[in-house]
Amino acid sequence: MISVRDLSKHYRVHKRPPGLAAAVRSLFHRSYTTVKAVDGITFEVRPGERVGFLGPNGAGKTTTLKVLSGLLHPTGGEVTVDGRVPLRRERDFLTGIMLVTGQKQQLLWDLPPAETFELNRAIYDVPVAEFRQTVAELTELLELGDLITKPSRQLSLGERMKCELAAALIHRPRVLFMDEPTIGLDVSMQAIIRSFIKSYNERRGATILLTSHYMDDVAALCPRVIVIDKGRLSYDGGLDALVRRVRPEKRVVLRLDREVDAAALAQLGRVVTHESAQAVLQVSQDAVNATVTRALATLPVRDLTVENAPLEEVMSELFARSRAARETEEKETAVP
Amino acid sequence: MIAVRLSPTLRALPTLFAVSFAEAVAYRAEFLVWMLSNTMPLIMLALWSAVARDAPVGRFGQKEFVSYFLATFIVRQLTSSWAAWQMNYDIRQGTLALRLLRPIHPMLMFAVENLAAQPMRLLVALPMAVIWLTSVGAAQMPREPLSWALLVAAVLGGWAITFCANFAIGCLAFFMESSIKAMDVWLALYFVFSGYLIPVELFPPAVRAAGDWLPFRYQIGLPVELMTSAHDRAAAVALLWRQWVWVGIMLAGAIALWRKGQQRFAAYGG
Repeated sequence: MISVRDLSKHYRVHKRPPGLAAAVRSLFHRSYTTVKAVDGITFEVRPGERVGFLGPNGAGKTTTLKVLSGLLHPTGGEVTVDGRVPLRRERDFLTGIMLVTGQKQQLLWDLPPAETFELNRAIYDVPVAEFRQTVAELTELLELGDLITKPSRQLSLGERMKCELAAALIHRPRVLFMDEPTIGLDVSMQAIIRSFIKSYNERRGATILLTSHYMDDVAALCPRVIVIDKGRLSYDGGLDALVRRVRPEKRVVLRLDREVDAAALAQLGRVVTHESAQAVLQVSQDAVNATVTRALATLPVRDLTVENAPLEEVMSELFARSRAARETEEKETAVP
Repeated sequence: MIAVRLSPTLRALPTLFAVSFAEAVAYRAEFLVWMLSNTMPLIMLALWSAVARDAPVGRFGQKEFVSYFLATFIVRQLTSSWAAWQMNYDIRQGTLALRLLRPIHPMLMFAVENLAAQPMRLLVALPMAVIWLTSVGAAQMPREPLSWALLVAAVLGGWAITFCANFAIGCLAFFMESSIKAMDVWLALYFVFSGYLIPVELFPPAVRAAGDWLPFRYQIGLPVELMTSAHDRAAAVALLWRQWVWVGIMLAGAIALWRKGQQRFAAYGG
């Protein structure tokens, strides 16, 4: 469904130091640098997959999504989406995809969302019966109710995001690119949006490529993740496998009846946190059973759970490792 | 480029017009103020009428100036476009991305949005047309259906040149940091050479001859001249022909700039 081969996107960026003198100098002489936003990434996404596209700020995630949506012309490489080359922006391609961003809106600001729905119906040439059915479905799933008849500017951020999603799906796209769809939303609204995305994927078999800084989004939606950093691919595979690879240790979370000595906890494993009657220990996978048995035998345990390391920690460790690897590589290349 | 499939686009047009009109109506107060800001012809009317009080200027006496500038006000309302400012904003802010995602050419969307505001403009233009007719225009207005057809074609041509110029200049934002200054230059030339401030026939012969080869005269001057029956039919047809050649040139230029510029679109923030 999505095929990306050695994709690169470079920008030529004007650089100048701050200050008046630099401003005047830049009138006559400008210096430019090339920023490699995407630097030779390759991956495939099968029809109906939900894939998390992760990376730190400036990693090249949004740039890649924009290339896949036909908004940006790549500097190099080959890309096809649903069998089409995005940069050609053929009608069949554009009617089969949608890019949803949490930061920009397509809703007409002073008109009710229903007007944007109608506009999209006309633009995408959706038959009226299908349009009515889709709007009814979306209204039910997203609990839109009378939101669609209020001017968009009067809706809250969460309400607007729900309507944005509905507007984006009027033509039932087969491929959905989502860039931070839950940014700025409260926890309950994030959960609604997540559940809706999953349901849309299951009902329509749509392929979904999603970026998010909220690891809850990724954990809930994406069995597979692709990680990029500084424009380069650093991981492509299952989310569970990623966690096992980066942080193979398990977390034993203890809630105790009373406070205990740090020394008593340290005998069981590495203490990650310890606050009054709560503690988190990190132990190797092999030692989980023994640690749990000893904890139950020696500590006043009220409640005990075994968890993976938080995804946020896994990701930051992965990013740190890939940065370190890159620096080493750059040093080696620099040595004559 | 988007492969052109006429039927879905044509089917979409009525809804595009309806929704764009609803948007224009939503901004009605702002829109009315903006329309009223185009009152320069009325100021020029007062100015030139005063100049012609003692003796006519060329063939223009007071009555002719009143007729000319009322007609200029009406034509200006009907041929306006603001696509250059919209495009400059959309390209700089990255919001052009939202238009690019849709399977309809952004140029067509901008054109529809501009044309859909015409009914609102008629609210101002029609009363002015009534004033023109009842005061001085009745004697000068076209008499024959063919003359009316030429006038309609000239107004359409004037709008098309204005819109294409706006679109082409808006595209310059792909290449420079802002295209607004380029639009300012265009507007300065437009105000001088279009007949907006001075009827083109009052220019010195050399300037007038140069103006005939520029697009500006065909944006305002020609429709106004046909509205006030300033030309015989042969001259009107010849000028209309030149106007539509300019429409073709401006359209080709706008499309070429769009194609080249779109490749440079960085979609920052969008």
